[in-house]
Amino acid sequence: MSPVRITLDGEPFTGRDGQTIAGVLLASGRRSWRESPSGAPRGVFCGIGVCFDCLVTVNGVRDVRACRRRARDGDAVTTQSRAGEEAR
Amino acid sequence: MRVVVLGAGIIGAACARELALAGCAVTVVDRGRPAAGTTAHGEGNVLVSDKGPGPELELAKLSRELWPAVLDGDPDAAGVEWDAKGGIVVATTAAGARALTEFAGGQRKAGVAAEDLDAAALAAAEPHLTRDFTKAVHYPEDAQVQPAGAATALLAAAVRAGAVVRTGCEVLGAVRRGGRVTGVRTSGGTIGGDAFVNAAGPWSGRVAMRLGARLGVRPRRGEVLVSAPMPPTVFHKVYDADYVGAVGSGAGELQASAVVESTRAGTILLGSSRRRAGFDDRIRPEVLSVIAAKALRLFPSLAGVPVMRAYGGFRPFVADHLPVIGADPHLDGLWHATGHEGAGIGLSTGTAAVLRDLMLGRAPAIDATPFRADRPAAQSEGEAP
Amino acid sequence: MSRRVVVVGAGPAGLCAAAGALRAGAEVTLLDAAEDPGGQIRAWPGFERLRDHVLGHPRCGWWPETSVWSIERAGAGAPRVHVLRGEIDAAGRDRHVLRPDALVLAPGAHDRVLPFPGWELPGVSTGGAAQAFVKGEGLALGDRTLIAGSGPFLLPVAASLLEAGSRVQAVLEANPAATVARGWTRRPWELASQTGKAAELAGYAALLARHRVPYRTGRAVIEARGDGRVEEAVTARLRPDWSVVPGTEQVAAVDALCVTHGFSPRLELPVAAGCRLRAGAFADVDADQRTTAPAVYAAGEITGIAGAPAARTEGLLAGWIAGGGPPDAPEAVAVRRRRDRARAFAARLAAAHPIGAAWPGWLRPGTIVCRCEDTTYGTLRSTAADDSAHAVKLATRAGLGPCQARICGPAVAELLPAGNPHHRPVAQPIRLGELAKPPVENPGRKESAR
Repeated sequence: MSPVRITLDGEPFTGRDGQTIAGVLLASGRRSWRESPSGAPRGVFCGIGVCFDCLVTVNGVRDVRACRRRARDGDAVTTQSRAGEEAR
Repeated sequence: MRVVVLGAGIIGAACARELALAGCAVTVVDRGRPAAGTTAHGEGNVLVSDKGPGPELELAKLSRELWPAVLDGDPDAAGVEWDAKGGIVVATTAAGARALTEFAGGQRKAGVAAEDLDAAALAAAEPHLTRDFTKAVHYPEDAQVQPAGAATALLAAAVRAGAVVRTGCEVLGAVRRGGRVTGVRTSGGTIGGDAFVNAAGPWSGRVAMRLGARLGVRPRRGEVLVSAPMPPTVFHKVYDADYVGAVGSGAGELQASAVVESTRAGTILLGSSRRRAGFDDRIRPEVLSVIAAKALRLFPSLAGVPVMRAYGGFRPFVADHLPVIGADPHLDGLWHATGHEGAGIGLSTGTAAVLRDLMLGRAPAIDATPFRADRPAAQSEGEAP
Repeated sequence: MSRRVVVVGAGPAGLCAAAGALRAGAEVTLLDAAEDPGGQIRAWPGFERLRDHVLGHPRCGWWPETSVWSIERAGAGAPRVHVLRGEIDAAGRDRHVLRPDALVLAPGAHDRVLPFPGWELPGVSTGGAAQAFVKGEGLALGDRTLIAGSGPFLLPVAASLLEAGSRVQAVLEANPAATVARGWTRRPWELASQTGKAAELAGYAALLARHRVPYRTGRAVIEARGDGRVEEAVTARLRPDWSVVPGTEQVAAVDALCVTHGFSPRLELPVAAGCRLRAGAFADVDADQRTTAPAVYAAGEITGIAGAPAARTEGLLAGWIAGGGPPDAPEAVAVRRRRDRARAFAARLAAAHPIGAAWPGWLRPGTIVCRCEDTTYGTLRSTAADDSAHAVKLATRAGLGPCQARICGPAVAELLPAGNPHHRPVAQPIRLGELAKPPVENPGRKESAR
């Protein structure tokens, strides 16, 4: 299987073809990548697209469920939260 | 005076609060839970921007003035989420610009703050808004509340002033004595009183009928989309100039105009539609589609934002677009405070103050004759309940 | 012209529903949000043969990566099915509207997890998540794992993690041994008729024994602790009502904690279709899997948590009837009998693994109940107890976040009863740009992505 290289906030991660984005991150030891409204870390909870805890931004598109989306070579994944650059 | 308020939405809650504070013994009756009907399904508008000069604008100005005083020192004020964010009305066509210019001019003469925004000012105020606009007006007095939070806070204030709330009591009929209503029969028993306030929103035509009166209030369906939570993106209440036309229209077919705003929770509310569908509460995907398309005309950059929820509700609609505030012309002891269409949240405080004064024989702060229940529009036949 | 049947969900129930409808002569469109059919657990007997039969059938259209975002009730016939086709959560998927003669809903269920302090920590997941990552990617969610909750499902979760090389510390069943044993040994003739399922469970038990993984009853995880991720699990003995026996707390070092207290049926589609619910918890169906909504059938976990064997027979029957097959055909009669046996077996398992009413005793004021909005137990409690205005309840944001109460809904409903927690008119997120575009018109004929 060919390797899949993605980045999370610029940091490179390598996974296998067919893995989900969450799978690539978890396999590399990364456990969390989202902030809850109060700023606490969150990662995978339900693993099947129900809980929306694992949301990431993929190539600029927000709110993608990392546990369901297949990682594709070159995907630029970024973490997301509800906080803006500066509070309004 | 023993007053029974029929309906525990925002209007009933505001009226209960004013009447209880004025010394009345108030009972609030609702067939369901408080704030569970129209109140729970709106956007929480406290607007002066969408009203042209006339009685409704006077009521809106009074209400806008009263809101901060009502919330001042209220222990539940945090749940009200009062946000004086201001409104921005945007036109995207030449005709729209002309209409908006004229509309805003009339409002200024009536004492509404309405400031023209040039391209730079608009971009600074709303960075994600389309640059493709023909006219924009800022209304700094427009505000927003969390409607269910606002209604429950008003109701809690009424209770602190001695009011009693009875939920799960549906109004079934009137107890009359000599042409006067002296009680309401409800699914939870008969409740007597000296005066009865019909604040049942879109169902107030039905309530009036059950009490043996007539009221031309009909439901007008509306839907709102709710986005997933976002970082702050929309900073004012932003709507397209068509909104004014849609509110003022009585046509039964679907109308939609873009109304876009953020909430404290980070979601974006995207409204809104208006159509007559009786009390049919089914969500129509094509209506949601039209709302999305209109919103994207104002905010093209929101195309990738996910909608996670939609909700719909019924506005209490009167053919002449004015609320009904005052005594029933035929049934002594019955009063009405209803028919605010989509503006009831904002107009609740002023409505309650006017109704209180009318009921207690005082002179209201504004002329209340345009809201009388004996005017033809308020007495017209409603849709079959 | 043959009847057009749309089947939502290609797990055991949905795939069998498609087979049943095809056998009845219908034209079938089978939808699933995933890329492949089979549902969450693809390793069931006969799966591959059935998949090849259904997907290869000339009257079957297979729509993978298809999310139903709205069900539109329209008049007396079957509702319209509004779907998005394309990669999960992508921007710019196509919108389609299907207008079937009959609709079979088989969306399945997801793990139910009761809240406990620390359950939001990374590293705490559902049993279903652990299994999905092992089955889908060969990945164990931790090296040192603890499995806790209630129900027979804990066993295959343990087996999956062992298979992927994780050191499973223990499997904790919250119900006491007596309750579990009573459910499993009563009416042994039912067990005899479900020997396949019983043998499967016995196999798991043997696997645990081989790996020296203790299966402990009457014990639960009541707290997860850690700095930014789970590091410790606090377990405790429970009474039959799931209240904690004081002084029995123990701390276990773990890097993953998998918890499942049963399953929640996915009810937004039946609710949107106007189906009446049974006890507010499941789609109400008659003996032929017909719901109370016109031309809408339901099969699988949404009609009652009964596992894959029951789901398969329900699907076959629902598809057969939806496709116009006569209800008194010999095969329908036989399928009904098999279904009833599978349901009886499932009812036994359910009786062996009830949820104890005292679980809220695990919670503390600061415990998060709604994971999306970080709404705490304390907030919900003060809201529920606020009788300053009698029934006046201040609003909380619990259940209003991105998961739309799918996770916290059952727990919040117990703490603060209000409304229908399954009412989700937008059944899956749809992006504004997708929603704004008109739907792609479908002739309703066979269309396949293969």
